[in-house]
Amino acid sequence: MVTNKKNSSKSVIEIREMHKWFGTFHVLKNISLGVKQGERIVICGPSGSGKSTLIRCINRLEVHQKGDIIVNDVELTGDLKNLESIRSDVGMVFQSFNLFPHLTVLENCTLAPIWVKGLPKKEANELAMELLTRVKIPEQALKFPGQLSGGQQQRVAIARSLCMQPKIMLFDEPTSALDPEMIKEVLDTMIELAETGMTMLVVTHEMGFAKKVADSVIFMDEGEIIEQNDPKNFFNNPKNDRTKLFLSQILNH
Amino acid sequence: MSTQMYKPGSYPNLPPPPGTVGFYGWIRNNLFSSISNTLLTIVSVVLVYYLIDGIIGWFLFDAVFDADSKIECRKINDGACWAVITRRVGQFVYGFYPEAERWRINISFLTMFIAFAPLLYPDLPKRKWLLWFSGIYPFFAFILINGGFFGLAKIEYSLFGGFMLTVILGVTGIVCSLPIGILLALGRQSKLTVVRTLSVCFIEFMRGVPLITLLFVASSMLNYFMPPGTNFSILVRVIIMFTFFSAAYIAEVIRGGIQAIPKGQYEAADALGMNYWQTTRFITLPQALKISIPGIMNTFIGLYKDTTLVVVIGLLDPLGIGRAALADTKWNGLSTETYLFVALFFFVSCFAMSRYSLWLENKLNTENK
Repeated sequence: MVTNKKNSSKSVIEIREMHKWFGTFHVLKNISLGVKQGERIVICGPSGSGKSTLIRCINRLEVHQKGDIIVNDVELTGDLKNLESIRSDVGMVFQSFNLFPHLTVLENCTLAPIWVKGLPKKEANELAMELLTRVKIPEQALKFPGQLSGGQQQRVAIARSLCMQPKIMLFDEPTSALDPEMIKEVLDTMIELAETGMTMLVVTHEMGFAKKVADSVIFMDEGEIIEQNDPKNFFNNPKNDRTKLFLSQILNH
Repeated sequence: MSTQMYKPGSYPNLPPPPGTVGFYGWIRNNLFSSISNTLLTIVSVVLVYYLIDGIIGWFLFDAVFDADSKIECRKINDGACWAVITRRVGQFVYGFYPEAERWRINISFLTMFIAFAPLLYPDLPKRKWLLWFSGIYPFFAFILINGGFFGLAKIEYSLFGGFMLTVILGVTGIVCSLPIGILLALGRQSKLTVVRTLSVCFIEFMRGVPLITLLFVASSMLNYFMPPGTNFSILVRVIIMFTFFSAAYIAEVIRGGIQAIPKGQYEAADALGMNYWQTTRFITLPQALKISIPGIMNTFIGLYKDTTLVVVIGLLDPLGIGRAALADTKWNGLSTETYLFVALFFFVSCFAMSRYSLWLENKLNTENK
């Protein structure tokens, strides 16, 4: 069990009564959520429940239509300046990795630090090598993503996000596209990251990860947050019937 | 044959049976795999032999390379009469560019390869320095070929012709149409309605009109649309038309490439905080251009061959020079030799472009390298 060391109780993400529609379809309904610095939150729920959409709203890959989202004291609006500052503070890891296939692993990691943050190339390279070492693939730095296994690609994707030195990391089903034997290496990397005190929001079906790492588990269904609790109570003592049903479906096999 | 036993998990990697891979394997699999295939191979070899035997004889062994007229050619031998080419090779290459000034064309042509090398081969040593020359080259070549500066005699455009004219039109058109095509493709995808509408109109108009029409417009009408006082030479007007025409095609080819890029690439770039131009420069274009290489090269080769259309507005491209040669009573009736020669020139250039594009595709393939 990872110990819960909170640096402060300041909220780094504050979502208030947020709604989102895809066309006329109401995907997110009245979402309110506060995330404190260093907090690790796992979001689960059946497919189509809006969990991915929720974390994609936090770095505005999806635009919400009602309510407020405040990240690092900056409100998410159409203002490009705010958006760029938020995006360089919020890292994201995708289900399908989304590495840039025409760039080497190292270039994948250094591109944004050099051009977005203005880091000198030498420093960016050193930083990238340091982080690639942390995800345990420094020897692959000069290869192209297409030459790596899925698990390795996802670890590169994590390193690429960390190269921007984000304050918050979002994970959108990071292990769902992986073969079973590769899930562990990615989860281990995420656990190590959690131990450094990174604020993390993770959409995942890996309940073992949630039990081990999460400070708080959220269950979503049909666009609503149904239940939020610490992992112990969430798994042993779910209150809502839908949560119980969901847990019985994913845990009993 | 002995079958050796191995413990589970310790079976070694054995070489494939002899004669199934390598040169002999290929021959066996592709030429002699069955009785009918073997027969087909033998018949084909015999046929090809007879064909080549006759053709080579006409082309080379029975051909006449030097004579004063067709009649003289026929007296010497009954093969091809290449004298029509050798006697006029200067015109085929330089058009009516003054003989004393032809060195200017030669230098421009040779230095063109130096200017292109760093653009075409990204791994070239000292590439950064050579790129400077590539940047200067258009001005350098213009001054050299056109003259009028530094004591170089001004040469009238009407004297340009032959392969030199083809290369000038083709290379300028190709070099200018790529960046314009890229901008049009991006414009067509733009969120700004005005930019998008203008791009769509331009592309659809240029693609919807035959090139010949555009060339006639260039030769007769374009000056009406220009502000009074400007007087572009016919050559510049034709180059503009070629450029616009192929830029419209290139734009559509590149748009296809852009649309083939998965949405996740843009999301990843967005999530890293990259703005539109950074994403376009580092993520969109490198991938879109790579996907579009075959289509772009197709358009370039088309443009290069279409330069022969200028013959209809009176410019003397190789076909024009050829027609002039055939109109000469001495060489009357040697159209086979003349057109074959022109065709050979185009084939060599286009084949080189096609090979280069294959090489580039291979080089940029980052999967399973």
